[in-house]
Amino acid sequence: MRYSYYPGCTLKTRAKELDRYARLSAVALGAELEELPEWQCCGAVYPLAKDEIATRLSAVRALMSARDEGRTLVTVCSACHNVLKQTNEALKADANLRMKVNNYLDPEVPYAGEARAIHYLELLRDEIGFGEVKKRVANPLKGRRIAGYYGCLLLRPSAVMALDDPENPRVLEDFIRALGAEPVAYGRRNECCGAYVTLEDRAQAEKSARKIVQSAADAGAETIVTACPLCLYNLKNSAGGLPVRYITELLAEALGIAEGA
Amino acid sequence: MNNENLRDLVVEISGANPRKCMRCGKCSGTCPAYAEMEYRPHRIVAMVEKGDIEPLMRSQSLYRCLACMACVERCPRSVEPAKLVEAVRLLVIRGQGQNHMSPDDIPQKLDAELPQQAIVAALRKYGK
Repeated sequence: MRYSYYPGCTLKTRAKELDRYARLSAVALGAELEELPEWQCCGAVYPLAKDEIATRLSAVRALMSARDEGRTLVTVCSACHNVLKQTNEALKADANLRMKVNNYLDPEVPYAGEARAIHYLELLRDEIGFGEVKKRVANPLKGRRIAGYYGCLLLRPSAVMALDDPENPRVLEDFIRALGAEPVAYGRRNECCGAYVTLEDRAQAEKSARKIVQSAADAGAETIVTACPLCLYNLKNSAGGLPVRYITELLAEALGIAEGA
Repeated sequence: MNNENLRDLVVEISGANPRKCMRCGKCSGTCPAYAEMEYRPHRIVAMVEKGDIEPLMRSQSLYRCLACMACVERCPRSVEPAKLVEAVRLLVIRGQGQNHMSPDDIPQKLDAELPQQAIVAALRKYGK
């Protein structure tokens, strides 16, 4: 099965492992991720102001490109996926936004949210299936106690993201189980890492991140996994002491395709 | 601008309705930036409702919000406090010369690991 793929800026620079192992693992699982021919930065945060049009346009272009290719759009960065999905749902729901966006972009075929935007975890869970993932695991991560970190962007706002239960999610735990490891339950898995505030007030962001890492460590985790480069950065910098890795690094390791494995 | 005009502007930009608030305080109870804020989310909602916008516009609380959507998700009345915070912040930074952060501020904040996503997000939230 072929999918359109939106990597995002950070996956081309600081988060190359997130990107590389997403692609390699998808191939190993029989899914082909084809990068959109042209894409721009999604803007990193979904604009909360109703009256902003320009800041939503790059996401619309990516969605429209996937629609024109007739494929589902897969994104692995939680932030990019959040922006793409929220933009798509807003275009479906808000006729005024739809009109303004189409007037501005003037596409051959007007865009009304026809693309289907899914996160990489949804590709694994709903398209490939965790059962199938489990069958392809060559190197089960036996005995490893892993804390899945959701953060905000995969789950909220849940009425729009619709990826999982926002307060009691399980997709990361099911993912970790499929790799043969043991998911660790801990309280702060869906609380904020401090996000972009690290550039405004580093101490505030570190405080948020430290509580999360502490919560995972207290529950006996040896590693935290995330799908978001900014979450990884904040959690790593919190001096919480636990290693933090991308979900796709862990996946590639379990599939036996990680370099040096 | 008078208080009513400012309130109407915040409501228009945000698309949120502070009058739905029933003062339960759940937004502040769940806010990860609570300890860093002079005005907490529940108070911000009440101040917007009253048209008490100018003190908010001068407050650093606007730059402490993480847009984590915890308050939006957990509000039993769907008030969407984060959208009101963003709208008040935009009232400030949309003004000429009023960016809270600009590209010139970034080089001194860089380190080798900082993801590009953080820079784009901060410039979007703190500037125009």
